[in-house]
Amino acid sequence: MSWIRRHLLAFVAMAVLAILLVPNVVVALFSFNKPNGRYNYEWIRPSADAWLNPCGTPGICDALGLSLRIGITASVVATVLGTMIAFALGRHRFRGRAATNMLIFMPMATPEVVMGSSLLTLFIAMGIPSGAVTILIAHIMFCLSFVVVAVKARVSSLDPRLEEAAADLGAGPVATFLRVTLPLVAPGIAAGALLAFSLSFDDYIITNFNASPNSVTFPMYVWGAAQRGTPVQINVIGTIMFVLSVGIVLTAQFVSGRRAKAA
Amino acid sequence: MAEIAAAVPGTGHPLPPPHERRRNWVPYALLLPGLLWLFVFFVVPMITLGSQSLQEGDVDNGYTFTGNVSIYGQALDAYWPQLIRSVGYAGTATVLTLLLGYPLAYFIASRQGRWKYILLVLVIAPFFTSFLIRTLAWQTILADKYPVAGFARWSHFTDFLQFVGLTNNESLLSSKFAVICGLTYNFLPFMVLPLYSSLDRVDGRLLEAARDLYATPFETFRRITWPLSLPGVVAGTLLTFIPAAGDYINSRLLGNTQTVMIGQVIDAQFLRVLNYPLAAALSFVLLVLILGLVTAYVRRAGTEELV
Repeated sequence: MSWIRRHLLAFVAMAVLAILLVPNVVVALFSFNKPNGRYNYEWIRPSADAWLNPCGTPGICDALGLSLRIGITASVVATVLGTMIAFALGRHRFRGRAATNMLIFMPMATPEVVMGSSLLTLFIAMGIPSGAVTILIAHIMFCLSFVVVAVKARVSSLDPRLEEAAADLGAGPVATFLRVTLPLVAPGIAAGALLAFSLSFDDYIITNFNASPNSVTFPMYVWGAAQRGTPVQINVIGTIMFVLSVGIVLTAQFVSGRRAKAA
Repeated sequence: MAEIAAAVPGTGHPLPPPHERRRNWVPYALLLPGLLWLFVFFVVPMITLGSQSLQEGDVDNGYTFTGNVSIYGQALDAYWPQLIRSVGYAGTATVLTLLLGYPLAYFIASRQGRWKYILLVLVIAPFFTSFLIRTLAWQTILADKYPVAGFARWSHFTDFLQFVGLTNNESLLSSKFAVICGLTYNFLPFMVLPLYSSLDRVDGRLLEAARDLYATPFETFRRITWPLSLPGVVAGTLLTFIPAAGDYINSRLLGNTQTVMIGQVIDAQFLRVLNYPLAAALSFVLLVLILGLVTAYVRRAGTEELV
């Protein structure tokens, strides 16, 4: 009985995992397709054309470049600002903590379409034209809360005795921070930065409200292509992103695992 | 509202002992830039959104504040079906993600070492690849000539869907069914991760104790595992329901004209019709509706049970 139950759980879990991964497999498969028309939804015949020429469709690599630039800038700024807030919340007692927690939480509890449209009304009221800058402002805003949550989890679980030990051994506040605190919090900061980058890189709804025809990000390009006919290059880039991210995450774990064993 | 913050892991926890109580300006200096950013680009926009909904005029001649509240009546009158539909789809998708996500989260939490990590990576991996591309892939997966639709026809599942009104015809695409599938798929990781972190913290000795006391597996689950996983359930449902209710990508890419969600209306009114007051009013209604539902839910889920 317990044997059946255990394997039933494994079976259901694997089925759900399959649901999560099937779209990635389909995207990869269809990156080797050679469609007849503009729509890459039907398998016609195998071809590596798109892989040999990933920028072969006009605008696709410009959009990719813009998304990368915005994603990197937004995640750097959000990570710096968010880490500072996380340290304030995790290490200090101060007036207005509850209000601060609330303000951090609110963007995560607001639908994207509301955040995007409210920012649009602000930019309209202030007469700021939409473009890469307004996209960047919006992305920093919605990434911030996620960075705070990721870093704060790490800061809160930090053992204060380690820093006290450093101080007892004669390290000043700066040396303690740089050589003890920061390395211990680093995994949280890295997780926050990675999350911020992927949120920014992938955002369509908020971006769409704050973009102009001259600032087309990759998700906006994909959205536009979905109406006109999706080029196979989109599948190629989707596949590269998947392989690259899984590779990076697994390598990071492998490296940190080895370091942990060596220590 | 504070109870909502307390229900989300990592936002409301006891404070570690203060180390730098003497330097009282330090926390404020750390908070200032980030909170200023959130104030100017999150709080102020909510105010301009409210103000925009009460203005009259048009894009070419500019707007003046007239405090015309009747726009809310007009907005609700014209778009209540889309509003109700959004909440219905998001609610259905949330229940489905919970039903699908719980076994997966439980399974991952019960694994050891490397396997646990690889499974987690496979759950998170979709986060790092474009969700629009993956949603488009569902157009292929559910397409008429491919196995999923074939199996659904063979097993009379499509007849069942037609019977309950989730599709209009023999195909799976361009239907309520496809939209709810897409929403469930897209937000599944947002459910699995908080569930996993709750289930991973459950002390295995409690389960052993329950077994020793002759609890059946079902009884053990009902009396121990489920209550201890409630914080994850609440966090997961919020992380799924809130964005799903505002989403319109799934209804646009996988649905039809009868599956239009409220986000799609707001997008069109803002960016194509350029009826800013109406769009702002709809956006505000959605915000208030969701905050109301979420507050009621968190109250009902019972903070005392969550501690």
